[in-house]
Amino acid sequence: MEAVYTRTNTLNGNLLGFCPGCMHGTAFKLIGEVLEELGIDNKASCILAIGCCGLAQEVLSYDLATAPHGRAAAAATGLKRSNPDTLVFTYQGDGDLASIGLAETIHAANRGENISVIFINNGIYGMTGGQMAPTTLIGMKATTAPGGRDPKIHGYPLHIAEIINQLTAPVYIERVSCNNPANVRKTKNAIKKAFQNQLDGKGYSFVEIVTSCPTNWGLSPEKSLKFLEENMMKEFPLGVLRDK
Amino acid sequence: MSDKVFMKGCEAIAEAAVRAGCRFYAGYPITPQNEIPEYMSRRLPQVGGVFVQGESEIASVNMVYGAGAGGTRSMTSSSSVGISLKSEGISYCAGAMVPMVYANMQRGGPGVGTIQASQQDYFQATKASGNGGFKMIVLAPATVQEAVDMTYQAFDLAERDRNPVLILGDGVIGTIMEPVVLPPMKSDEEVAALKQANRKWAIVGHSRDEKRGFLSPGYWSTVMQEEHCIQLDKMYHGWEENDVQVEELYLDNAELVFVAYGTTARIAKSALELLRAEGHKVGMIRPKTVSPFPVKSFDKINYDVCKCVLDIEMSIPAQMLYDVKLAVKERGAVDTCLRSGGNLIERGDIVRKAQEILSGGVK
Ligand SMILES: Cc1ncc(C[n+]2csc(CCOP(=O)(O)OP(=O)(O)O)c2C)c(N)n1
Ligand code: SF4
Ligand SMILES: [Mg+2]
Repeated sequence: MEAVYTRTNTLNGNLLGFCPGCMHGTAFKLIGEVLEELGIDNKASCILAIGCCGLAQEVLSYDLATAPHGRAAAAATGLKRSNPDTLVFTYQGDGDLASIGLAETIHAANRGENISVIFINNGIYGMTGGQMAPTTLIGMKATTAPGGRDPKIHGYPLHIAEIINQLTAPVYIERVSCNNPANVRKTKNAIKKAFQNQLDGKGYSFVEIVTSCPTNWGLSPEKSLKFLEENMMKEFPLGVLRDK
Repeated sequence: MSDKVFMKGCEAIAEAAVRAGCRFYAGYPITPQNEIPEYMSRRLPQVGGVFVQGESEIASVNMVYGAGAGGTRSMTSSSSVGISLKSEGISYCAGAMVPMVYANMQRGGPGVGTIQASQQDYFQATKASGNGGFKMIVLAPATVQEAVDMTYQAFDLAERDRNPVLILGDGVIGTIMEPVVLPPMKSDEEVAALKQANRKWAIVGHSRDEKRGFLSPGYWSTVMQEEHCIQLDKMYHGWEENDVQVEELYLDNAELVFVAYGTTARIAKSALELLRAEGHKVGMIRPKTVSPFPVKSFDKINYDVCKCVLDIEMSIPAQMLYDVKLAVKERGAVDTCLRSGGNLIERGDIVRKAQEILSGGVK
């Protein structure tokens, strides 16, 4: 029988270890498919953040190094500048990219580094067990905001794509999600565009994927999908913010 | 081509790095080492290298982590408080086995301290340069020439061990001007060959039939993490046998032995010459690697005649003192002669202390 769909060769078949309903797995699958379709998995290098994404480190078949928490964009800067022929992308959560690594995030974008940044925004610190992130929604409960995020105490969710959109250098900024097949396809296209921009030497691309964390949201995979659509995507509207 | 030039310490270090094949530098301004990034910003582009002024020391060390992970000879530098910010990145280099060279031109501390020369970061340099109990080879130059030679060598050591190497200087070494003979410039072909040799582990992209480049500063498996630590520990022990660098002076029948490194060692040597001219039997141990520490040199002291081993440092509290005591192994008396805060130790201070000891007043 003809195989019409197979697993990307960039995942080696080992167990990914993400929770049921987690979208990290979808994101890695899409990245892998794009790398294969562009025929560049042999020149790809991932700077992996600290967070649940680390669960993938034994599974990805392409080159990678884990950067200190928040510093992936700086490490990617060093790697790309000294290896312009390597396709360099970062893969970072919201705690990593938007909190501890905000300076590195902004400055790499502002320098217009020729890298691709994949930002997994699940509104929570997944790996450490559900603490409040800069992207946690108002009223959303976290283990360090047991009464829910209160803007009077915690401020408001940070909109990183919009902040990066204030800068002159970035060439491509898009916010996508993986809540349904149509959006999964859009996510894949966004990743492809980000990688193609880099191959074309155009400069900095930023793809924010709004995702869920069923485990730390305390919701079933099904309910967290609903929460994602009704709340997360309202706070973080999908769309292309810039495409130069 | 090896040519003799008159150069400032920081610039000489930067030039030596370039000649050793360093093609990536990232750093953040801080006195007294600004001449390193400034020089690199002019020099690296001339040889096809990359200079980046990072937005912080943290960003800079992580740029070097990334560049080093790609197999390029890479360097950063800072001073004291800036080195503290780099410590996580240095620990990651040690954990993920990413070679890198960095320089600390020490200033006063703790805190932001002073901008003048000190040796207040000895513990940080030799004992805990970041979390996780890793070790590094730490080279401590006493002259600009030595700073040049050690920087040149540091890249080979870093690459051999796939581990960070520290050039531990201070404000004097960084800013003093001295004549130096520069080492030969590695050709573009040599630099490319060095990088190519790193390709087997570098994360520059590998085809599916090759082994992927995978640099991991940690493991999910506690067993693998322990195994990694055991392998690193073996390497550290190897240094004690093979990589100690030390200058020993007049240890035979010395009645007093100075121990000093870096700028302090120069001043101590000058005091030693003065005292010896007066007929005093003074010897000296100058660690050129403060890690691995030259423990065996202390076995050459004749403790039957040696009245005291004098630890001389620009640090209060004394820090190298503990390595000295471990090496002396309670075979003789140990005392200190110290300054701090960015104040240079004076030859007169050392001479006075020595005369006190030699005339019988030992603690
Ligand atoms: C310097 C440092 N601080 C804190 C941590 C602990 N830590 C590990 S993952 C993480 C947060 C991850 O959250 P996020 O970036 O949102 O990724 P997610 O797991 O949600 O995908 C933190 C704080 C660390 N490893 N290093
Ligand atoms: S904790 Fe959340 S982000 Fe982490 S794997 Fe589970 S669902 Fe995914
Ligand atoms: Mg998160």
